[in-house]
Amino acid sequence: MSSQDIPEETLPSTQGHAHEGAVATAGDPFADPGLPPHEPRMQDIDERAAKRSERVVAFLFMLSMLATVGFIAAYVTLPVDKNIYVFPIGHISALNFSLGLTLGVALFCIGAGAVHWARTLMSDVEVADDRHPIEAAPEVKAKVLADFKLGAEESGFGRRKLIRNTMFGALALVPLSGVMLLRDLGPLPGTKLRKTAWSEGKMLINQNTLQPLRPEDIAVGSLTFAMPEGMKEEDHDFQQEIAKAALMIVRLQPENIKDKQELDWSVDGIVAFSKICTHVGCPISLYEQQTHHVLCPCHQSTFDLADGGRVIFGPAGHALPQLRIKVNDKGYLEAMGDFAEPVGPAYWERG
Amino acid sequence: MKKLSARRRHPLAAVVVLLFALAVTGGLYAAFAPADTAKADDTAQSLAIEEGKKLYSVGCASCHGTGGQGTSDGPSLVGVGAAAVDFQVATGRMPLQQQGAQAPRKKAIYTQAEIDQLAAYIASLGAGPSVPTKNQYSPDGADIAKGGELFRTNCAQCHNFTGKGGALSNGKYAPSLEGVDPKHIYEAMQTGPQNMPSFPDTTMSEKNKKDIIAYLDTVNSDKTKSPGGLELGGLGPVSEGLFAWIFGLGALIAVAIWVAAHTAKAKKS
Amino acid sequence: MSNNDNRRKAPAGERVADWADGRLGIYSLAKTNMRKIFPDHWSFMLGEVCLYSFVIIILTGVYLTLFFHPSMNEVVYHGSYVPMQGMRMSEAFKSTVDISFDVRGGLLIRQIHHWAALIFVAAMLVHMMRVFFTGAFRKPREVNWLFGFLLLVLGMFTGFTGYSLPDDLLSGTGVRFMEGAILSIPIIGTYISMFLFGGEFPGSDFVPRFFSIHVLLLPGVMLGLLVAHLILVFYHKHTQFPGPGRTNKNVVGMPLLPVYMAKAGGFFFLVFGVIAAIAAIATINPIWAMGPYRPDQVSTGAQPDWYMGFSEGLIRVMPGWEINFAGHTLVLGVFIPLMIFPLVLAAIAVYPFIESWVTGDKREHHLLDRPRNAPTRTAFGVAWLTWYLVLLVGGGNDLWATHFHLSINAITWFVRIAFFVGPVIAFVATRRICMGLQRRDKEKVLHGRESGIIKRLPHGEFVEVHEPLSQQQLHTLTAHEQPLPLELEPEVDENGVARKISATQKLRVKLSKGFYGEGTHIPKATAEEYQEITSGHGHH
Repeated sequence: MSSQDIPEETLPSTQGHAHEGAVATAGDPFADPGLPPHEPRMQDIDERAAKRSERVVAFLFMLSMLATVGFIAAYVTLPVDKNIYVFPIGHISALNFSLGLTLGVALFCIGAGAVHWARTLMSDVEVADDRHPIEAAPEVKAKVLADFKLGAEESGFGRRKLIRNTMFGALALVPLSGVMLLRDLGPLPGTKLRKTAWSEGKMLINQNTLQPLRPEDIAVGSLTFAMPEGMKEEDHDFQQEIAKAALMIVRLQPENIKDKQELDWSVDGIVAFSKICTHVGCPISLYEQQTHHVLCPCHQSTFDLADGGRVIFGPAGHALPQLRIKVNDKGYLEAMGDFAEPVGPAYWERG
Repeated sequence: MKKLSARRRHPLAAVVVLLFALAVTGGLYAAFAPADTAKADDTAQSLAIEEGKKLYSVGCASCHGTGGQGTSDGPSLVGVGAAAVDFQVATGRMPLQQQGAQAPRKKAIYTQAEIDQLAAYIASLGAGPSVPTKNQYSPDGADIAKGGELFRTNCAQCHNFTGKGGALSNGKYAPSLEGVDPKHIYEAMQTGPQNMPSFPDTTMSEKNKKDIIAYLDTVNSDKTKSPGGLELGGLGPVSEGLFAWIFGLGALIAVAIWVAAHTAKAKKS
Repeated sequence: MSNNDNRRKAPAGERVADWADGRLGIYSLAKTNMRKIFPDHWSFMLGEVCLYSFVIIILTGVYLTLFFHPSMNEVVYHGSYVPMQGMRMSEAFKSTVDISFDVRGGLLIRQIHHWAALIFVAAMLVHMMRVFFTGAFRKPREVNWLFGFLLLVLGMFTGFTGYSLPDDLLSGTGVRFMEGAILSIPIIGTYISMFLFGGEFPGSDFVPRFFSIHVLLLPGVMLGLLVAHLILVFYHKHTQFPGPGRTNKNVVGMPLLPVYMAKAGGFFFLVFGVIAAIAAIATINPIWAMGPYRPDQVSTGAQPDWYMGFSEGLIRVMPGWEINFAGHTLVLGVFIPLMIFPLVLAAIAVYPFIESWVTGDKREHHLLDRPRNAPTRTAFGVAWLTWYLVLLVGGGNDLWATHFHLSINAITWFVRIAFFVGPVIAFVATRRICMGLQRRDKEKVLHGRESGIIKRLPHGEFVEVHEPLSQQQLHTLTAHEQPLPLELEPEVDENGVARKISATQKLRVKLSKGFYGEGTHIPKATAEEYQEITSGHGHH
């Protein structure tokens, strides 16, 4: 403690006799009474208590060692796929549970031991340390400013404007190379977001059975998901294409369809809408068959499938695109072209 | 009591009172919260449509009309089929206790025999899906992985990854599928109860349904394995976040309080 | 311990230290730091929780990189998790499933990593709340506040990129959301999206790209900021609460060696132990239950990790505004929330500078405020938290709906209204509560603590006995400052010449009145009041 610069008046010894609730010092009843005198802990005055603390700390460290041994034993003996039932957690991996708990105990006990040691056996005398202002003294500041001025003058930075300006120019331009290098991160957008895998004559393939759909398969109140004919899960671009082409098909009573274009683009009340939400692109499909509403699970945009896919609630900005369909001569449903407008979230060039 | 009153101005008194009040409120809520009041009826035997019709006219006709044609209070039951009746009545959704956003699952009021009679009567009103046989809905021998994929395509958007349920618009919801009989899951897919769309055999084959049931049987039953530990409701990041705050950060703050607290002094001042 | 070697007097440890001192100057470093004083308060350890969980994340993260394949190549699963046999998935997803099921202890490390991440960000927020509400961000610590703020923001994004890496159905949905949000940026949105994903969403590039951002770029920057943050903590010395013997010019506590070495070092193990136990007990992000990502599949309850919850709330409750003009679309319904998101965060970053400008206070502050003694600041903080909580509610509106039997539409409307009204109510209420607490402090100082003991006086009157406070308590309760608002300089100076007062100056004075003017505090007890009461009433 001798290395500390402790201001005399805050030393506990000089305050040792100030009793609590003592009569207010002359003048200010709220004056700072200084650090309260140090009160000993049991461990400070009773060697038996200190010994007890020592044993507790040692016990904790021992426990940690045991837990580490347990960790190694669990790692070696338990098969990785063994499941056990632990009340009330459930059927869990024996390995994860035992490794986690032994590791937890091993670590926790080291910490608890160290802290108990610090709290009960190391000195708990509070000491005060002085603070010094962070700002430099005026002389130091003056010296630094003078040095800086000297340096700046010697460099001629202020005088030789041509050098200064060309240097700024060079420094400003050089990062452009870095920006250029980012160009090949990806292709330009072009019209990629406008087109999907749907085109005229492509049959609607049921995603459950992978068979083309016929109108009579689709009952009123049912919900079916479809993808375009010729698309396979194994295709390397399947993810990209399904992200735009996913389709949901429902059947309404034709007299319930309020929107004229929707009715025109349907087959006997069967309507095909994009499954991709026009908000930020989640696959929307929480279809409520009694209300004909479809809700997005991500941000709760709600669309009315009986009214042209109009937005009736939530953050989506425009209606769900509808795919125009017909029945081909073999009796299967097929697309009459691509979506008339881009599917999915809106963007600047969408128009 | 005197000891208690002497401490009523203790600095910690407010905390104690607050905890007590919270406990009392919680207890009262638990005591008075609307409990399911379903009573089992123990009559019933014999079979057939006649018995079902009698049951129907007592329990159902006031909303669905005397001939099942429907009224302003309940939809027509003509053509819904025996599967719909079995699902609605056996899961306690019907008879409806009160009008609301949707009928909740409750304890069934009718016995299975009565339900069969009701179903027979409704089926006689118009053709519809019949109650599936055990062979149709049993998960044995189904493709669980395929079922998982089908579930995520067709079901998870409303019922969550592993069938824990989710919200729909205006107070409606997709119920949790925990502890639901495979038969009822099959019937629900086939008939599309309430706002759930149907998934008829023509668009989702019998095999598909079986796969889905097998998947649910693996990921959402009382023998489901959760290798990592507590499932926390299987609801995703929201419950995980709550757990991290309450038990993670909560435990760490409790530890920090212990680390920073003054050690007890030898004599209390 | 080399006593057997008589020619050398110094023990081995000292010789090593000498060697190092000759090259690194460690003795001078240790002179000021070895017995550095740290004050004891549990809330001062919240920063340590952040530090230690960060270290845990780094340790477990390095382990995970040994097994994780940051690749989006499609593979067919044939591992040990039965409900996924034969499924197509990306290598990233498969390797994460393998870490969970086939690497011994892999699941534990994954769970420690993820739990520690959630706790890391939560602890940063709570740590910042402590610094904010006690005024510890004031001069000279504003720069460190900014470092801390940057760590919070970077921590959020490191978390988000990590959440996206396993390429499961939940994280893929989150990335899809991000793509939609980027598309909403006017003019350049589609370009950024194409460049980020290497083409159309999802493409096959985002996992490796997010991987290098998640394991290299962001943690590297964070490590640098963290070191700077800690150096400044050491350099400024810790703040302390007012109390007997604690002044603005000293710091009272225990020395680094040995007490804080043991406490802080031990605390690392405690934090690690607690998080390991949590990872043993509770599962997190069970990707096998969610399945691999496919852009046409989704689950309800699709939320980001909690720290992104407020942005989720913003996006969920925003009305769907969209403007079409001249062949272009302005997607305000997505773009406005995307712009409010940084503003919410920036609001906490700039607060110290606003406060010091408004108050004109240029002094160093090392004594902390009790939140009640800075009612306006406390009210701002609570208003911000209310805002944040309202948005969190919005971000989980579907789960609120199912678990409290409410309508999702009603919750959304509640959040829309509370977004504007909530902070105002919170501000007013908090300031009133603070003043109530100030009033109680004043009464306590003047009349003592109500003991709850009722005494009957000889003439029959009942009075409650008040216990006088100790000198320490009296000092602690009256040590705070009550700044006065700035005054406008008179429009005419002493020579009778009119003086121009700038509009900013007027604004500043107005704000200063709002901070410190009438109705923002209860004047604290004065010595005269105290003496009058103690001498007059005697002892009750």
